[in-house]
Order: sequence, then structure tokens, then C-alpha cells
Amino acid sequence: MNSSLLFNITTIAYFAAMVVFIVYLTGSSKVVGLVATLICWVGFVANTAAIGMRWYEAYAMGYEQAPLSNLYESVVFFAWAILMIYLLFDLKYQQRAIGAFVLPFAFGGMIWAQWSLDATIQPLVPALQSNWLTYHVFTCFIGYAAFAMACGVSIMYLIKAGKEEKSAEQSPAGGLLGLFPSVKVLDDLNYKAIMVGFPMLTLGIITGAAWANYAWGTYWSWDPKETWSLIVWFIYAAFLHARFTRGWVGKRAAWLSIFGFAATIFCYLGVNLVLSGLHSYGGS
Amino acid sequence: MSKAQSFTDRLWDFFCSLKLAIVTLILLALTSVIGTVIEQNLAPQEYMQKYGMSQSTYKTLDALQFFDMYHSYWFLSLMGLFAVNLICCSIKRLPRIIKTVRNPVLVADDGLFRTFSNKEEIVTKGSVESVRDKLVARLGKKFASPVVTEQDGKVYLFAQKGAFSRFGVYVTHSSILIIFLGAMIGNVWGFKAYVNIVEGKAVNQVWARGGQQPIPLDFAVRCDNFEVTFYEGGRPKEFSSDLVVLENGREVLKKTIEVNDPLSYKGLTFYQSSYGPAGDPVYQFRVRNRATGETADVMGQQGRHLPLPGGAALIPMGYAESYQNFGPAAQVSLDSGDHKHGTPFIVFQNYPQFDEKRGGEFAVTLLGVQQSYYTGLQVAKDPGVWVVWLGCLLMVLGSCSAFFLSHRRIWVSIQPLEKGIGVKLGGAAHRNQPGFTLYFDELTKDFDDALSS
Repeated sequence: MNSSLLFNITTIAYFAAMVVFIVYLTGSSKVVGLVATLICWVGFVANTAAIGMRWYEAYAMGYEQAPLSNLYESVVFFAWAILMIYLLFDLKYQQRAIGAFVLPFAFGGMIWAQWSLDATIQPLVPALQSNWLTYHVFTCFIGYAAFAMACGVSIMYLIKAGKEEKSAEQSPAGGLLGLFPSVKVLDDLNYKAIMVGFPMLTLGIITGAAWANYAWGTYWSWDPKETWSLIVWFIYAAFLHARFTRGWVGKRAAWLSIFGFAATIFCYLGVNLVLSGLHSYGGS
Repeated sequence: MSKAQSFTDRLWDFFCSLKLAIVTLILLALTSVIGTVIEQNLAPQEYMQKYGMSQSTYKTLDALQFFDMYHSYWFLSLMGLFAVNLICCSIKRLPRIIKTVRNPVLVADDGLFRTFSNKEEIVTKGSVESVRDKLVARLGKKFASPVVTEQDGKVYLFAQKGAFSRFGVYVTHSSILIIFLGAMIGNVWGFKAYVNIVEGKAVNQVWARGGQQPIPLDFAVRCDNFEVTFYEGGRPKEFSSDLVVLENGREVLKKTIEVNDPLSYKGLTFYQSSYGPAGDPVYQFRVRNRATGETADVMGQQGRHLPLPGGAALIPMGYAESYQNFGPAAQVSLDSGDHKHGTPFIVFQNYPQFDEKRGGEFAVTLLGVQQSYYTGLQVAKDPGVWVVWLGCLLMVLGSCSAFFLSHRRIWVSIQPLEKGIGVKLGGAAHRNQPGFTLYFDELTKDFDDALSS
């Protein structure tokens, strides 16, 4: 049993869970939703084991490093974080339909990593040899994952709200959207997910600043990655304040959440792949 | 007069408004993108080459301060507006919050009860006093000790929990201002500099980044040794410098610094950041005259003609730490007495026999190469950094309490009715209403049980 096999199992499990969740949306059987959730758990356990195994494999090669050192490792960790957030929300709120809109992010990450990213274990360059790496990446990715969850929920919100507006004029609601949580619940879940993600992103930025200060003597240097993380922070700060203003809840909040996640993805991938800077190692 | 009043009022409302906060945050997000797309602080020629800018485009963008936008007047003004918004907002709302917490409404009349979304009415037996004692005990045990007010033959209880969480928002807001303050302190009283120290040498000044003048230190720093190690395959594994701090020539502190492990002394911190060769490497060879069997050791710098017995000379031309996995190697050529370079060839340190196979007059073995390095250090002084960390800590604590804690309040009124004692319960939470409703229902059930027992 090696990490590569476990990552394949993870990918297959997330794909299967995604498909079963979509089937769940079309039918109404609770068992289907339960099966999808169980497959999620199987995938999550495999994902956890795979990351642990990869950690061990690096140690066996003589590299004392957490498996958070390159783009491949960060993407599979992102998938893990999405599942962790999703499963926590599932335990608390049990809104199974959401799985159909969150699992695609995790599956997309896994399939991209497995198909086209370089999975070889490389030793860390001196700049990254620090315990701060683990704290920094961990907090950032929990934040990103919560934003992914919020984005999935917001897409559902827009579909449901759009349909309800139409059906108010034409026919009664139902069918495919019957299993969607109510718009009120979706709006609330969007807010709750961002409420988890925002403090984690804040912590991620702070641990990054603390590390930069420790390693280079500057806690902030307006490097593109730093700046983009701040842009994401500004957007979600605007989102949180917008909720206290009339006219900014509902659809606008959902759009702001989707916009925020787009910025998050650009901060995570776009900066490395398009722009240059201190985090450019992530592009290799 | 009243017109002027209304203008200042409107200005005040503008600076306090939530809309301003949202608009400022979005503007900060949008404008920040510029500096990530246009690389900052390059030389004018670089902009014109890299981005294909014309002279006039460059001038326009430069006038807009787009090439150092995070320090531009307009961006700093936007940040300033953000700070003013935070301050005004707090000044406007904080007194009301302090009043709510310090002088809570202890007596809940019917009007207040009507505003609660969580309420319950119980009719029970006994006297007002016995019901009061039971509920005071119960509330103290389950929630928080209540304040008891007796008025017109009725008894009112009030208890609250997590009142401080009301301040979470303001702690978060002021943490941002504290971070700004820390950044300003660092900008005014701190500096960023760099210095290169050749192995064995000491320096007592550093160079400010972007400045021409050296900054004198009241102590000296010596680099005794610089090491660089590599992974198999050639990726750098670690750079380290053995640094010694000297006060009047006396050694006061020694530390081996690495990337991610700096040296701090008297508020200054020295970070390992780069390295490079200092001067030409010095080579040592053993040369055997194949005809006579005579050997000679020669030593000298790269490019020099190192004389060999008999008039010839050996010229070291370059070296590699590891040449095709055969270890240290040097490229040399022979000058057979005519002051010309012969065909260059490679000799190895770990394979002394290798050059025997080449033929020719001499067989050359590399004994060693000594390359001295300079270590490149970043030097930073930032007296504001602890203020920034304090701000960060407050931001984490403040936002966690603002998001996850809630100010919960319970009001009870006890009054005699015709058919017994009437108890009214009301509750309010300033956050997480569904969670509080569950809690409130449980609490009222518990009271019901306590009163009927």
C-alpha cells in the first residue's frame, strides 16, 4: 500500500460520492444520500491515510518535511480540507443535497492532481524548511475549503432563488429542486461557512506574516500572494458587513460569496501560475 | 445655522456608515489588484521593455503612482479612510453597547416582553417569595446568578452571560488600527538593510535598501565560516553562516544562522539571505613528471601560471563541487614553457589515477580547492513589530468572540395572580438565535420541573 494507490482510491471515492449525490437529487430516497455520505467518509479516510503515507515516504527518503511542499501536495490537501469542512457541516446540519455542489471541487482537485501534476517527492528548499510552513498552509487551506463550501451553497442558492422567482409566475416548485434546502437555510449556511473560513484565513495571513518576519525580517512586503490573500480578506470582510445592511442579503450575498471564492482560487493558483513572486515554488 | 448643523451631521453619518465600510473594502480589494499585475518598483527602462510601454504611458502611470502603488497617496488615503471609518463607527456605537452591558434593563415590563422572540409563561402554586427563591437558585445553577429587583409587589430577575462578546467586534476593529500603528512605528523608527560579509571579515555598518548611505552599527559582526550543503541531485539543502558579534573587539555572542533561523542583537536581526564567492578560488595540485617520476605540489589562484620544475606551468581554469557525480574536479591546462594554454583537461580529487591515462609529460591530481565565500545577510530593525503582533492577537481573539460567542440575557417576572403565581420568562441573544432558542426551551422546561416539584 503506497500513497499513490491511496490517492487513486480517494479520487474514485470522491467521483462516486459526487455521482451518487446527483442521483440523490433526482430521487428522494434518504438511503441514497446516506450512501453518498458514507462514500465521502471512505474517501476522506483514504485521503487522510494517503497524506500520512506520503509524509512517511518523504521521511523514508531522508526528508524531514510535512507533505505540503509543492503544488501536487497542496491540491490533495485542499481536497482533504474541503471534505473535512463538508463532513463537519454534514454532521451538524445534515443537508445532503449540498454534497452535489461541494464534492465537485474536491473531485476536480484530485483528478487534476492525479492527471497532470508532478507527484514526485522533492526535498524542501531552505526557505521553506520551517514549522511555520505547516501552520501557515493548514490554516490557509481550512479557510479556502470553507470558502469552497460557501461557494457551492451560494450556487445552490442562486439556482433555487431563480427557480422560485420563475415558478411564482408559472408553475409550482418541486422536481429536482425539491431536495434543495430552503433559500433561508442556504443563505444561513453560506454565512456560517464564511464565518469559519474568515477567521482561518485571518490566521493564515497572520502565520504567513509571522513566518516572513522570522525568515526575512519583513512581515509584509506586498508580494502578489500576500496582496491577493488580503484582497480575498477584503472581499469576505465586505461580505460579513454586507449582511448587516439591508439589500445585501440573499442574491447579492450569494454572488459576493462566489466572487470571493473566485478570488480565493486566483490567490491560490493564479498567482503561482500567472504572476511571479515569493510563492513561485508552488508553480513547479 | 441649522443647515450647517445638518451638514456636519451628514458628514458624521457618512463616516460612521456601514455602506462606507463595504465600499471602502471593495475599493481596497479592486485597487490592490493593480500592484500584483504591474510589478512594483522597477527601473523606468524595465517597465518599457517588459510591458512594452511607450514613454507617455509610462509617464501617465508613474504620475498615478502605479509603480509604487501600495505607498501611493491615493492608496494610503483609502487606507486612511478605512481607519477613520473604523474609528467613527466605534465612537458612535460603543457608548450604547457599554450602556447595555453596564446598565442592563433589570425590570422587564410587558412592553419589553412583547419584543422577545423567546418567551414562556408559567402559572404555579406557592408564594412570590418561595417561587423567587427557587428560580434564583435554579437560574444561578443553570445560567448565571440573577439580579433581583422587587417593585410593586412583583419580583424581577435578570441574568446575563457573555456580555463581553459584545465587544468582540470593537476589539477586532481596534486591532486593525493597532496593526496600522505598528506599521507606522516600523516605518519611522526601523529600517531594512543588507550587508555582505566575506568569511573571516567583520563589518560595523550595513546598507539601507534603496539608500546610498551606510547605517553605522555600534557593534561589529564577523562571519567565521559560510557553508552550503546540497541534496543528492543538486538542490540546495541549507545555507549557514557562523556569526560572531563583537563589542569593542570582544566576542559577546556567537550563533550559526540558517535560512529560517536568524541572529538577533540589540534590536537588530540578521537573516541568512544569499551568498556568493569572494575572490578567486585557490587550487592545490600534485604533479608527477611521467619521465622522471619526480612529483611536486603546487598551489595558486585561478588563471595564474603555477610554475612546475623544468619550466612548464599548470593553469587552473575552473572547478566544480561535483562533476558528473565524480566529486570535486578542476579544469586545467598546461603551459609547456611557451606561455600558451594547452588543451584544457579535467582532473579529479577522488580519482588520482585518472590523469595517468591522458598521456603527456605530466600527470596531474587535484588535492583541493579552497573557495572563500561572502555571506549575504538581510538586516532589519523594526520596533513596531510587537505592536503588530499585539494587533494580530487581538484580531484573532476579537473575531473569534464576535463570531462564535453570544451575549445571552434572561429576564423573569414573578407576580401574584388570582389563581396562583404567574411567572414570565423572556430571553434574548445577540447572535446565533436558533441555538439560543433550543437553550431557552430547555431552560424553561427545567424551571417548570423545578417549580412543580
